[in-house]
Amino acid sequence: MSFAVPANLEAQLDELATHYPQKRSASLMFLHALQEHFGYISRDAVEWTARKLGLQPINVYELVTFYPMFRQEPLGKTHIKVCRTLSCALAGSGELRTHFCSKLGLDAHKHAPQTTPDGKFTVEFVECLADCGNAPVVLLNEDLLPKVTPAQADEIVAKGKSK
Amino acid sequence: MPQEHRLILKHADQPGYTPDLECYLRHGGYDALKKVLALAPKDLPDGKKMSPQEQVREDVKASGLRGRGGAGFSAGIKWSLVDRKSGKPIYLICNADESEPGTFKDRQIIHKDPHQLIEGMILSCWANDVKLAYLYIRGEMPQGAKLLNKALDEARAKNFLGKNILGSGYDLEIYVHRGAGAYICGEETGLIESLEGKRAYPRIKPPYFPAVLGLYMCPTIVNNVETLCHVKHIVNMGAAEYAKLGTPNNTGTRIVSLSGDVKRPGYFEIEVGKVTIGELINDPAFGGGLCDGRKLKAIIPGGSSSKILKAGETFKLNRKGADGQMAKVDVPLLDLPYDFDSLMAAGTMSGSGAIIVLDDTRDIVEALANLAEFYAHESCGQCTPCREGSLWMSKALHRLTHGHGRKADADYLLHIAQNIQGRTICAFGEACAWPVLSYVKKFKDDFEAKGAADEAKAAAAKH
Repeated sequence: MSFAVPANLEAQLDELATHYPQKRSASLMFLHALQEHFGYISRDAVEWTARKLGLQPINVYELVTFYPMFRQEPLGKTHIKVCRTLSCALAGSGELRTHFCSKLGLDAHKHAPQTTPDGKFTVEFVECLADCGNAPVVLLNEDLLPKVTPAQADEIVAKGKSK
Repeated sequence: MPQEHRLILKHADQPGYTPDLECYLRHGGYDALKKVLALAPKDLPDGKKMSPQEQVREDVKASGLRGRGGAGFSAGIKWSLVDRKSGKPIYLICNADESEPGTFKDRQIIHKDPHQLIEGMILSCWANDVKLAYLYIRGEMPQGAKLLNKALDEARAKNFLGKNILGSGYDLEIYVHRGAGAYICGEETGLIESLEGKRAYPRIKPPYFPAVLGLYMCPTIVNNVETLCHVKHIVNMGAAEYAKLGTPNNTGTRIVSLSGDVKRPGYFEIEVGKVTIGELINDPAFGGGLCDGRKLKAIIPGGSSSKILKAGETFKLNRKGADGQMAKVDVPLLDLPYDFDSLMAAGTMSGSGAIIVLDDTRDIVEALANLAEFYAHESCGQCTPCREGSLWMSKALHRLTHGHGRKADADYLLHIAQNIQGRTICAFGEACAWPVLSYVKKFKDDFEAKGAADEAKAAAAKH
């Protein structure tokens, strides 16, 4: 499949680039938009961004490898980010992540993000999500869920499977 | 009875209060902006005139407002350091990259009262002749970014933003810029690099002080979300009235994020220094105490980077005695007023205003291992002592918490931490070294006992 950015997205990004006196500044926002559209940042997306912003591909690629939110492979439709850091850990986020992993047949001992073979779920341990008063928290795609219980985790899994 | 004093969060949690412009306007929104735009130049005794912008800058200085992001530096002085003679544009950036573990206060403002932040930004931009500003929000807050974009659109439609704001001749544009999951973007020069479209490698100071050589090598102000909101209240109340809130040199209110082992975790806005750490943890108006039957073990008082305080510690603080003279007085941990200076005197910091409570069921080595893993993950990798050291500390703590520790690990951890702090470009070096130094020094027995037990087990297995 060839890489093609839809005209309306390209127009949106062209407008975005005008927000900055120097176009290079827009690169993070470009990558967010492309990842949202394509699901991940491909080599083509890196080269396209570099061309649009007058950069070398390495200037864009080094961002993809530096910022943890950017992905170089497709993710599951249901993306479960469990907070790993102290307040959530005290409230049992380690057990919560293990629960997700065992429900989905993933290896709880692996630290890196893992995607189920059917491409439906990605489970990931992430650092502080800044909602420590509601620990343990989960960022489910774009929704932040407070005080997540194992029962809620099961619901998330059931819902994601039917998608 | 200690109580909350809500200034920034006055409306945020009221039933029916919504984040849209109409609701904000019904609650006196953008009145502070109209107030400053109507200000006239002030005549000074020497016959000179002080511009309205300068008056607001002076008010912010006189209010005593200190930055709410972590360092607690005077906001007024930060503004006064801006190079106004360079002929280059001045930029302002709102640091909404809230990511210090334990902290969740800016999230409340962004989600519940975004226009308050935007008005605070507009006032601060106006006072500093800024024409273009950015709101750098962390990537993991996608809904916050959408809310802010919507609020900015609403403000533009009413001409609170854009060209010739409310007919004043002043032009300002604010754009939302999203981070992408890197803690180091909270460091202001790292944030600037990131906003320039690069890896967030902090810049060395000198010469790259943002006030002189910031965004695009232009003078730049970087302020925290909560700090910018306070500007609105300083304009509304006047500096003198504002400074009556809180305590001397620790003025105003601040939002404390409370998490960990308390009955009622949450955020509480207090007058700075008017409530003690003990009250924040135990009072029914705040944390409501520890779970039944538990005892306090330790307190992380100002975000994960602050030095830990051990239950039962006492500190020497300067207090005014009955005779009016200042004297050193012993203050127990729980009686420490929650403010910038008292925590500094206790050898730690109030940082981002985030308290994490640990009770006696917690393993201090596990807690530190958790944080060490955070720092090892978040080091930007630019300076060798931090990049390597944060990882070595995390590895040592990993083996201590996974049955392969050594008794000497405690000293090894101290040795590494001492060789990181002060040897890095930015304060991340201290941020990862301080927890290790303080936890290991104050709970050395716990670390050594764990290591010794593992060594004994390994020796027994050999025979």
